[in-house]
Amino acid sequence: MADRDTGEVILLPHGDGGALTRELIERVFLPRFTNPLLQPMTDGAVLGAMVGKVVLTTDSFVVDPLFFPGGDIGKLAVCGTVNDLAVMGAVPRYLTAAFIIEEGLPLAVLERVADSMAAACRETGVAIVAGDTKVVERGAADRLFVNTAGVGAIPAGVELGCHQVRAKDVVLVNGGLGEHGLAIMAGRHGLDTGARLSSDCAPLNGLALRLTRGLATLRVMRDLTRGGLATGAKEIAASGGVAIRLWEDACPVAPAVRGACEILGLDPLYLANEGKLLAVVGPGEAEKALALMRADPLGRDAAIIGTVEEGAGDLFLQTALGGTKVLDLLAGDPLPRIC
Amino acid sequence: MTEPGRIPELERMRDPALAHGLLGVVRSKAARAREKLGRPVVVMEVCGTHTMAIARSGLKDLLSGLVELRSGPGCPVCVTAQGHIDQMIELAGRPGVTVATFGDMVRVPGSHASLERARAGGAAVRVVYSPAQAVDLAREGAGEVVFLGVGFETTAPAVGLSVQLAAAGGITNYSVYPVHKLVPPVMRALLAMPELRLDGFLLPGHATAVIGRRALDFVGREFGRPAVVTGFEVPDILDGLRVLLDMVSDGGQAVENAYRRVVHEEGNRAALAVLDRYFAVEDTVWRGFGPIPASGLGLAPAYRAFDARIRFGLGEPGPGREKGCRCGDLLRGLINPDECPLFGRACHPARPAGPCMVSSEGACAAFYRYGRRPAAPSPPAGPEKAGRQGGS
Repeated sequence: MADRDTGEVILLPHGDGGALTRELIERVFLPRFTNPLLQPMTDGAVLGAMVGKVVLTTDSFVVDPLFFPGGDIGKLAVCGTVNDLAVMGAVPRYLTAAFIIEEGLPLAVLERVADSMAAACRETGVAIVAGDTKVVERGAADRLFVNTAGVGAIPAGVELGCHQVRAKDVVLVNGGLGEHGLAIMAGRHGLDTGARLSSDCAPLNGLALRLTRGLATLRVMRDLTRGGLATGAKEIAASGGVAIRLWEDACPVAPAVRGACEILGLDPLYLANEGKLLAVVGPGEAEKALALMRADPLGRDAAIIGTVEEGAGDLFLQTALGGTKVLDLLAGDPLPRIC
Repeated sequence: MTEPGRIPELERMRDPALAHGLLGVVRSKAARAREKLGRPVVVMEVCGTHTMAIARSGLKDLLSGLVELRSGPGCPVCVTAQGHIDQMIELAGRPGVTVATFGDMVRVPGSHASLERARAGGAAVRVVYSPAQAVDLAREGAGEVVFLGVGFETTAPAVGLSVQLAAAGGITNYSVYPVHKLVPPVMRALLAMPELRLDGFLLPGHATAVIGRRALDFVGREFGRPAVVTGFEVPDILDGLRVLLDMVSDGGQAVENAYRRVVHEEGNRAALAVLDRYFAVEDTVWRGFGPIPASGLGLAPAYRAFDARIRFGLGEPGPGREKGCRCGDLLRGLINPDECPLFGRACHPARPAGPCMVSSEGACAAFYRYGRRPAAPSPPAGPEKAGRQGGS
């Protein structure tokens, strides 16, 4: 590995704001994130005027392991914030990136992370326009934490929100559930299930834009990260003052995920995703929404998975056997079982 | 290893038409048994994996009014005594000791803390998926590594093999804290309870795969209760119920095997040989039952060097302090989770008061996550949606 060859590691002075900090920025970040707004290296980026309502969001990324099948902390830090903007109906434009680095992190690791952030920015069409680097003593952080904040604008005519959700609306998801959560768990614990488990980490802004442009009755979208589909759907039901009924056998779950979940006693409906969104649309546009999703590379396994009913915040799951269960928010991380 | 999800036999078991057909049969047999008894049939599913499978399928709801399904002492984390949990947490706090455990033990509350809290306070606690991973940790030189040997006959053979690995590899910094439990003795303790009111049992398919159907024959022969060794797919469970309900109606007292593709009369000889070689039967304490003679597995005399209790000079576990939850009554099949005063209030998956709310196999966790019914009957789905489900 490159870091072994050069042996270069990040030390406390790299974060002191002096010459070494500048060197680190010029060597690692500037060449990769290069854009006219970042280049002046001033205390802040001056953004042009934006048309439409402006959305601002932030997210911190502390994933362990830093690199996992299907992605790494850098790709996650860009996609996570881009996806938060996208499901709000906004077109993501600018990001900030802040790095908290534990001293001793190989420089090559930071370079790899920055490479994948740059690639994700190119893919999503966003620019990193401001940043920060801090280095903390060994033990004060776990190798590398990344925070990104993002700004985007909602095009005229797009208005999304849980308050728009009505009985008889239809619930869709753009593909297989639980892939990120399981890939991370497998990576963290050296789990070999005999199957390839890969994170679904991907930017959803292209797919979200298809839906906001193509549908007249798109009510709300939700990024299904921690807590998974069940938590996301429950939150929409609660905020919208409706009930949502999901059909268990309509929820897409890849065979490898289903198998690993059975071995470990986990529920794919509660596992994290990083490239999945839930959309609620008017009943007349269900098939159109499905077709729009399936036309997107990130929506090939999209499915209609449920419906909205009159209610007061309940989430129901209709099992394959025909029973009905009440689902709640995720409570505590899923724990793999004993036998 | 076969790729998960690609086991043809299991795929056949997941055919919805099979489950729907069996559900109809079970309902009619349950109605007959209910009429015979003049009340709903009370059945205990002994195994935690059954508890979870039943909760996830919505089966309790579908049999409501006909069959009442009660959880039993078959969730390994749940039956672990408070005093043992306290010793595990104490071990984890010792300098130079890493405790390796299956995940669902981590959040179980002890008298004062949990392994999760101990870890936050600096204790070394590692979640592993297999005891062999714990041996690897020891081989890599992580100081003393203690694996928490929690589980039934199902789990113990893998732990026995980890001792074999360590012994063969000359790994002297590996040990096991053995609190393995045995199914037949706790079934006897349960059946001897005067307050027991159960009409029959679904017996644990996995544990019985190891010990053999014959090892549980006494349930019918000595105690006159019908029981069925049952598998874990929904059609397996329905098939077990089908056989059991016939016996309940007709006064049958046999222990039948409805999981023949896995369970044999004499069990799994290779697994039993491992148990015999590496473990010795000993008295142990169960949550909900107290001490039961000859109901646990410690390490065999030849492998005492791998017994963490001896290596670290642990004495008898204390009585432990429980937090007013009724886990014990639940494990004896006396109550349902929502009859515990703490359920859903002081005890919640994020703030568990007892182990039954922690493990994915715990009856309270299953009931909390999947068992609660809609408050009012929900309106039926529209015809096109019912069609999507293939009817119910």
